[in-house]
Amino acid sequence: MREKLIEFRNVSFRYREEHPWVLKNCSFEIYEDESIAIIGHNGSGKSTIAKLINGLLFPQEGEILIAGKPVTEETIWDIRKDVGMVFQNPDNQFVGTTVQDDVAFGMENRGIPREDMISRIEDSLTAVGMQEYHLTEPHRLSGGQKQRVAIAGVLAVSPKVLILDEATAMLDPKGRTEIMKTVTQVQAKNNLSLITITHDLHEVVQSNRVIVMNQGEIWDEATPREIFAKKRALREIGLDVPFVAILADELQEQGLVLSKEPLNHEELLEELWTLHSTT
Amino acid sequence: MDITFNNVSYIYQENSPFAHKAIEDLTFHIPSGSFVAVIGHTGSGKSTLIQHLNGLAMPTRGEVTIGDFHLKAKEKPKNMRELRSKVGVVFQYPEHQLFEETVAKDIAFGPENFGVEKAVIEERISEIIPAVGLSKEILERSPFDLSGGQMRRVAIAGVMAVQPEVLVLDEPTAGLDPRGQKEMLEMFYELHKKQGLTTVLVTHSMEDALKYADQVIILNQGKKYMEGNPVHVFTQKDALHKVQLDVPESVAFLSKFEARFKKSLPFRGQTVDEMAEDILRVVQGGGIDE
Repeated sequence: MREKLIEFRNVSFRYREEHPWVLKNCSFEIYEDESIAIIGHNGSGKSTIAKLINGLLFPQEGEILIAGKPVTEETIWDIRKDVGMVFQNPDNQFVGTTVQDDVAFGMENRGIPREDMISRIEDSLTAVGMQEYHLTEPHRLSGGQKQRVAIAGVLAVSPKVLILDEATAMLDPKGRTEIMKTVTQVQAKNNLSLITITHDLHEVVQSNRVIVMNQGEIWDEATPREIFAKKRALREIGLDVPFVAILADELQEQGLVLSKEPLNHEELLEELWTLHSTT
Repeated sequence: MDITFNNVSYIYQENSPFAHKAIEDLTFHIPSGSFVAVIGHTGSGKSTLIQHLNGLAMPTRGEVTIGDFHLKAKEKPKNMRELRSKVGVVFQYPEHQLFEETVAKDIAFGPENFGVEKAVIEERISEIIPAVGLSKEILERSPFDLSGGQMRRVAIAGVMAVQPEVLVLDEPTAGLDPRGQKEMLEMFYELHKKQGLTTVLVTHSMEDALKYADQVIILNQGKKYMEGNPVHVFTQKDALHKVQLDVPESVAFLSKFEARFKKSLPFRGQTVDEMAEDILRVVQGGGIDE
């Protein structure tokens, strides 16, 4: 049996009593080793979910369980060991004067012994491909490199789940590719669940499951393939679909019959080739 | 206004150990009224290029001409203020520059500084507000009570209130959701056409460059790497990959299709439905050219 890592039970949240609900009666489960993408328009409640998971915010209604423990004022320090977060702006989360100091910061807060720290710094920087830069000052790094150091800082405290809250949004395409590669490698090596909150369709396609948020509610929860098959509806709630899905749609409109919703170029090409060979 | 770069180089801290060439021997011409996309990696010189367009940076060598304004090394033009009223720059995350008590005051700040009369400013504001997709009700509100997308539109309204002839946009859609990005670019394109602006868009999105630009300039390590109309530039896949840039997805797919089917199906700026027609023709055509 796969273990439930995160569980939302009828969670509702609003910032103030007179304000509208940001999350409305949300329930979902995330399992060990899963890779989940949360998508939705700005203001749909995506980031609120992330902040509720590690107790930066608390819900007014419902309950949140992390590895079976309810998130409360008393449990947040334990829970934050299990939940690592990387935010959008690389410049807002660098606290150390060098790369290795920055990675050490989280461990210092948890009182991890020095010898242990040294090996963990080395391991986590190696995992994100930044070991050569351990003495570099942050302002000499690119945005992508800064985010990789942020990920290393999270890995050093060996969490069970890594949450990327639009962590690639401020990076250029090269930086984005860097981060996605790093994350895939890290996830393969460690027993780590991944939650990425994103607008980037490539990140969505790479996940096992997608949770689509719309105006504070869970609009859908399915595999990327199932989600992107609902192109029209997705666009109506302000989201994008990959180019290959749009092209597939157009081909079908013009009479072509496809056996499944293609997720990438290769799948569509394969299908076209099969059709071609049988005509 | 026509924009011309003639062998422009810009060196930070020249004659010091920290000397750094941000742009090198850059030459190009942007005809008045055109929409140009500037593309390149972080550090390719895009921001330095932009700074030359309104005199925030002066060329170390060479000459920049914008309409009748000339920018040369060590030769500050007397009419810099006038140049800055003609060239509106929307920097990255422009909403961070809002500071006034009300939206109306914030928009008026720019034109007031250029000496525009109060009555004229008010007239302009009432025209700009709908053009940037905002409603009049927000004019008396604090800009800090607005959503991120609305704040950005207020900042853009402030630039437009000066009535520039050249509009420079530095990654104007960063951080917006997909619908917000699309709406924002459509808005700029409308302004571009209606007001006959010369628009320079700095972007990482090949898709947007393809959709809106008449001309694309690709920068790499401070030098002009490629230039031309979008179809011409984006069909040179190998040259782009060489500097680690991607082609738009539509172009990438067609080129994979050509390789698989061994048929020629070049990208020539087709829409998605035209592309589907082309593909169907090949798929249903039977037979393969060896």
